[in-house]
Amino acid sequence: MASEKAKKASEVEDNPDMSLEEITELRLGLPGETRGKSGTKRGFSQTVDFALGASAVGGDEAENSTTGGVRLKDEVAGAAKPPAPKTQAVGWPPVKTFRKSVMKSRKYVKVAVDGAPYLRKVDLEAYESYQQLLTALEKLFSCFSICNYASERKIIDPPNGVEFLPTYEDKDGDWMLVGDVPWKMFVESCKRLRFMKSSDATGLGLRTQSGCTSSS
Amino acid sequence: MNYFPDEVMEHVFDFVTSNRDRNAISLVCKLWYRIERLSRQRVFIGNCYAISPERLIARFPGVKSITLKGKPHFADFNLVPHDWGGHVYPWIEVLARSRVNLEELRLKRMVVTDEGLELISRSFVNFKSLVLVTCEGFTTDGLAAIAANCRSLKELDLQENEVEDHRGQWLNCFPESCTSLVSLNFACLKGDINLATLERLVARSPNLKSLRLSRAVPLETLQKILVRAPQLVDLGVGSFVHDPDSETYSKLLTTIEKCKSMRSLCGFLEVAAYCLPAIYPICSSLTSLNLSYAPGIPGSELTKLIRHCRKLQCLWILDCIGDKGLGVVASSCKELQELRVFPSDPYGVGNASVTEEGLVAISRGCPKLTSLLYFCQQMTNAALKIVAQNCRNFIQFRLCILDPTKPDSSTNEPLDEGFGAIVQSCKGIRRLSLSGLLTDQVFYYIGMYAEQLEMLSIAFAADSDKGMLYVLNGCKKIRKLEIMECPFGNIALLSDVGKYETMRSLWMSSCEVTLGGCKTLAKKMPRLNVEIFSENNEMENCIDDEQKVQKLYLYRTLVGPRKDAPDYVWTL
Repeated sequence: MASEKAKKASEVEDNPDMSLEEITELRLGLPGETRGKSGTKRGFSQTVDFALGASAVGGDEAENSTTGGVRLKDEVAGAAKPPAPKTQAVGWPPVKTFRKSVMKSRKYVKVAVDGAPYLRKVDLEAYESYQQLLTALEKLFSCFSICNYASERKIIDPPNGVEFLPTYEDKDGDWMLVGDVPWKMFVESCKRLRFMKSSDATGLGLRTQSGCTSSS
Repeated sequence: MNYFPDEVMEHVFDFVTSNRDRNAISLVCKLWYRIERLSRQRVFIGNCYAISPERLIARFPGVKSITLKGKPHFADFNLVPHDWGGHVYPWIEVLARSRVNLEELRLKRMVVTDEGLELISRSFVNFKSLVLVTCEGFTTDGLAAIAANCRSLKELDLQENEVEDHRGQWLNCFPESCTSLVSLNFACLKGDINLATLERLVARSPNLKSLRLSRAVPLETLQKILVRAPQLVDLGVGSFVHDPDSETYSKLLTTIEKCKSMRSLCGFLEVAAYCLPAIYPICSSLTSLNLSYAPGIPGSELTKLIRHCRKLQCLWILDCIGDKGLGVVASSCKELQELRVFPSDPYGVGNASVTEEGLVAISRGCPKLTSLLYFCQQMTNAALKIVAQNCRNFIQFRLCILDPTKPDSSTNEPLDEGFGAIVQSCKGIRRLSLSGLLTDQVFYYIGMYAEQLEMLSIAFAADSDKGMLYVLNGCKKIRKLEIMECPFGNIALLSDVGKYETMRSLWMSSCEVTLGGCKTLAKKMPRLNVEIFSENNEMENCIDDEQKVQKLYLYRTLVGPRKDAPDYVWTL
């Protein structure tokens, strides 16, 4: 049970906007989901139009509540939270988990790290954000660690103090710095990734921030 | 009849293969019971917790083929937590210990381990056939044991299982002396395959009729395999991407033309639409086509292909075929008996999807239709009524509207009348799944007309207990009832408790039944296992009988509460 408590503690941290009651509410869902949504990874509103943002969630639910026969139950928590759109209720639509996982779109791209003896491949569709991707890459290439990506976008190799810049080749064949465009746009346009040594890039006049110290 | 010696009776019974008929035979008299049970070779157990392996063997000592099902059906949709149960190892252990001459094991929704597979491979000398459907818990190491040790293996059929791929060389474990394979299906495996080994295995399997490859098998290898096995009847294509101007591709064209026995095609787990014309030559003799796992084929290409398949009896397809595409199916495939249309984008807006129009077109063109699974964007009562008029032979009718409480899209009314028409017209209907806006009325129709109904799946439907009562009172042959998100409570649950002993199981989740109601039921019916799922034992500590039960799964059993239930399952 201790591991359960630890898990809940981290969720409290990750979701500061939710009440303890909402976080500790027990429900079923696919592994790796955040508490903010019910049922599935992608909210109905997100698949409709990414530009809508948070307002779409409320709008969508309001729409659902006016159609007849809405009857989603709030089993454990109180009625405080609005019912989720039914297309995302756990168990709906009744498509076999196996089928869903096979039909999930995949986008494998090569990842090169300057100095590494071989390349790796990752499925960009398996991640939801730059942070997740870089964390996964950290595991693949044990030679570096992500250093405070959110604020500084630095990747370093601590033992050698070598700095890497994450770059990618886009659909037009241009080499871009990772992180400028929204995640989905990046996934769509990225053809391959390359972590180039910062020292190779300085000559190009690219502005990099002052180095961060050790990785956390 | 008593004047015939036993051997004669046995010989007569040999012609009776259906388990239901054999069950009926065993009820005639003690003599027939004895002869039947001693000669029974195939046993089907729809719920592995309804009986124990010891009792199975005691009654049927000569059993050779066993089919077992484990988890409830809704486990397929993530409604059953992990490690709920359905372990097959205890069965294998007992069967091995009792020296049963097991030749065939077919498992569905069960937890299978490498130890179990290893035990099978070492315990049953004549083991011939292993079929695993939607199972989990094993790795390619277990498959290696089967390959290595089962000397007369004919069938290894893995359908939609979660298999941990250790990238070992399990295919290499088939000894050179293994030439008995008739059916090999490893399409669900995700790891790399030793292609040379695969080719050699196929080359030394002259009886191979069915081969389903995983995504890791490229077109080049497929071509080489088909050269060795032109006698294949059923083929699952792995990867089907290649430069159509290449020599490999032209070789493939020639090779495919020689596959005159091909009747069933599936897979295309990775496919380029421009390669599809390679299979046109065999389309005209295909009776079964499953493209539901083939990603990204535009509707136009699908229809081009299907126009060639005039003998098709079974079609599984994605909804990107569209209503127009279904129209092509209707005009080309007059022999169609089974159609499944899956959503290509289960959570999406449904840009690629089908509506009531496609279904109506199918019903007009394919009068022999008996089995339907249809995921769609919307439906109308009018359309369902037309379908009911055109197709009276439905045995399975499963309609899934992606927005589960959506009303008739043209009138905004509930879909009660449409489904009512279906059950009234199709007197032989055995399996039904409903969706859309539905009131108690549809259940009134079901109870009234669906006399042969055996399995019913309901979600987000009905207004009151009456709905469930209509079904329980009316459907005399109902065996499996699964309900989620409906306002059925204790009144419905407890109205006819004896009914549940005539059924295999009942599933109710997110309904209105309470702990008290379940306790009452469990007390009245000792030969049912009434299992409720609680999280963190909170239900056991809970003394409030008014608390609603999140998940209830009850089933008849001859062996009492199961001993392998995890902490969160409380058997009342």
